[in-house]
Amino acid sequence: MQFEHILVRFGEISTKGKNRSKFVERLRRNIKEVLKDFPAIRFQSNRDRIYIQLKGEPHQEISKKLTGIFGIHSFSLAAKCESDVEEIKKTALEAIRSVYQPGDTFKISARRADKTFPVPSDEMNGILGGHILTNTEELTVNVRKPDHEIKVEVRTEGTYIMFQDTFGAGGLPAGISGKAMLMLSGGLDSPVAAYMTMKKGVELEAVHFFSPPYTSERAKQKVIDLVEQLSKYGGKMKLHIVPFTAIQEQIQQQVPENYTMTSTRRMMLRITDQLRIKNGGLAIVTGESLGQVASQTLESLFAINDVTATPVIRPLVSFDKPEIIKIAKEIGTHDISIRPFEDCCTIFTPAAPKTRPKLDKANRYESFVDFESLTKAAVEHTVTLDFSEENDASANRLNSLL
Amino acid sequence: MLYLDNSATTKPFPDVLASYIQVTNDFFGNPSSLHKMGSDAENLMRQARKQTAHLLGAEEDEIVFTSGGTEANNLAIKGTAFMKKHRGKHIIVSAVEHPSVMEACLQLEKDFGFDLTILPVNEEGRVSPSQLKKEIREDTILVSVMHVNNEVGIIQPIEEIGALLQEYPDISFHTDHVQGAAKVPLDLKAAGVDLCSLSAHKFHGLKGTGILYVRKGILLKPLLSGGEQENQYRSGTENVAGIAAAAKALRMAKEDYARLGKALEETKVLILKRLSKIEGVVLNTTKRHSAPHIIHFSVPGIKSEVLVHRLEEREIYVSTTSACTSKQSSPSKTLLAMSKSKDEAESGIRISLDFHTDRSQLENLFTALEQSIKHIMKMKR
Repeated sequence: MQFEHILVRFGEISTKGKNRSKFVERLRRNIKEVLKDFPAIRFQSNRDRIYIQLKGEPHQEISKKLTGIFGIHSFSLAAKCESDVEEIKKTALEAIRSVYQPGDTFKISARRADKTFPVPSDEMNGILGGHILTNTEELTVNVRKPDHEIKVEVRTEGTYIMFQDTFGAGGLPAGISGKAMLMLSGGLDSPVAAYMTMKKGVELEAVHFFSPPYTSERAKQKVIDLVEQLSKYGGKMKLHIVPFTAIQEQIQQQVPENYTMTSTRRMMLRITDQLRIKNGGLAIVTGESLGQVASQTLESLFAINDVTATPVIRPLVSFDKPEIIKIAKEIGTHDISIRPFEDCCTIFTPAAPKTRPKLDKANRYESFVDFESLTKAAVEHTVTLDFSEENDASANRLNSLL
Repeated sequence: MLYLDNSATTKPFPDVLASYIQVTNDFFGNPSSLHKMGSDAENLMRQARKQTAHLLGAEEDEIVFTSGGTEANNLAIKGTAFMKKHRGKHIIVSAVEHPSVMEACLQLEKDFGFDLTILPVNEEGRVSPSQLKKEIREDTILVSVMHVNNEVGIIQPIEEIGALLQEYPDISFHTDHVQGAAKVPLDLKAAGVDLCSLSAHKFHGLKGTGILYVRKGILLKPLLSGGEQENQYRSGTENVAGIAAAAKALRMAKEDYARLGKALEETKVLILKRLSKIEGVVLNTTKRHSAPHIIHFSVPGIKSEVLVHRLEEREIYVSTTSACTSKQSSPSKTLLAMSKSKDEAESGIRISLDFHTDRSQLENLFTALEQSIKHIMKMKR
């Protein structure tokens, strides 16, 4: 059977009272962005639902994409018909016929949102159940644990016959909670941190530090691919690529080896903070966890964090590596992250970085170089890939060959 | 000129050829090189892989590019056999497989101690899924049944076989889709296919490029040792231009199918109808269960080669059994497997069309056939 609709139910949004319409609108925009490859579909939304009219587009592929979008509690395939008992009977029968296997069980749960509809819900259950039973074989009723629960919702604009409830990703629609800058290295952690922040409705712009010739085009491509993967969850995401070579070379020359890592992280945080101001962000997100590497001791975080008063969100702070890897696999960033190219965090890693750096020492070592103008130049020369457009341009060039 | 040997090979699409040349010129870097020219080539290849995967309803990492259909078939069969030999050594194939499947299996039997069950076909040329089920044993590791037969164009019940193999998750299911690609739809996921071979030059790409779909979770032993390209399944510097051309050809061929598939089917029906009226002709392709582009018939009493050359004199190009075996003068194994007589199996002619075959020109074929058959028969007396 050709399903005409997918009906999307909201998660936490439902509790949002007055701001609700803003939440719904944002979710609708995010869904639209993720489903942009299906031009025929149309959207309709009201206080507590979004209806996707499929207009012939494939429901399997669309369902697969919907499961990743934040703010969706669950969704169902639906057929729509006129609110007329005979029509409803016909459509419900057709719907169940297209999915059941001999030996299956089913249940009808009818609801009248439109109270002017003459048949009460209980009576509808009986009518529809009976109609299905007499017109199918080897299908029985089970009201406790049915294989197929068919929900029938009678509304003024029509009746929806729904089944196959699928759970969504939950959380809040990406972007509803304001914007933050994500420090994205290309490793395993930062994409997972991004995912978890996006789940709370935060819109992200990624910042990547690029140090040619020490890091390669492929390392950059890796980050582009990560951003592309992450945008499946929250809609399009900008990527700021910061030229970082000059600063890294200065640090190598001026700062004692065991403090280079601390200084590098401090410079990155400074630059990210300036990009945040420029782009109207309210926080910075990193993939830092406690105790994983030298830069991630509390002493280290303290010395690094000193350069800014901006909130730094570290969703992975209490996670173990295996947990992070597990999520990375689930969200499809793992295989991209493990591509073996040097990134700016790994090229100048000192043999013995200070695990308990002192803030005053870091300040002192850095005072011999005019890092301020260097960071300023880096911010000025940052290249921003407005993802959808930039990628389309290079994809178009390649696509003309394919 | 009337080229009716598209199952042997197709003429590359001009646009495909243009891409091939441009890629050879502009993206000649080795995709494994670290520098920008390398990553440009790699990017293009990734885009081609993405497109191919999309067209086949697969994921990017389920696509392995090979040197052609033969290599894809060999990799699927031997790769599976070597991977699973500790679990079992029994393989089931149909009796009408292409030599690159059949010979690979026979080699496994002869040199590596595998056990082969060759599944017979009915008079139409189809295997019976229920019979296949009966042949399954504890130690069966692989079932390989082609999608569309390269000689007579019969479509095998791949979906049914896939459905019954769902009960045997330890058995890999391979299908040789070389003749079916872009001509007969096959939903790999829905049909439960684990491994599927394609060859680009059969859909207006270039010779020397093939595709093997390897479903996620299926493991193969690579046949070539080396640099571990293609997800470690197929070492060797990738044929970037060929791969791009293959992806483009597949896209264009599928577009042709959407536009012209129905007309092609009608042309087949017309040809079958006209051939059945020519005296001496015995049809081997049936109207149902057959691909829209292959028509096979025999003219008992006339060796196929004689008829091929006779038509060639009028610039009409057809083939005998299949290009891959036509240089051996033995009767067609496929026709024998379909219980045809030796006489019929020695006199088979295959007409294979593409979406752009000019229907109006076909009259020449029918006339030429009629006259040639009459003439040769007279000479024999």
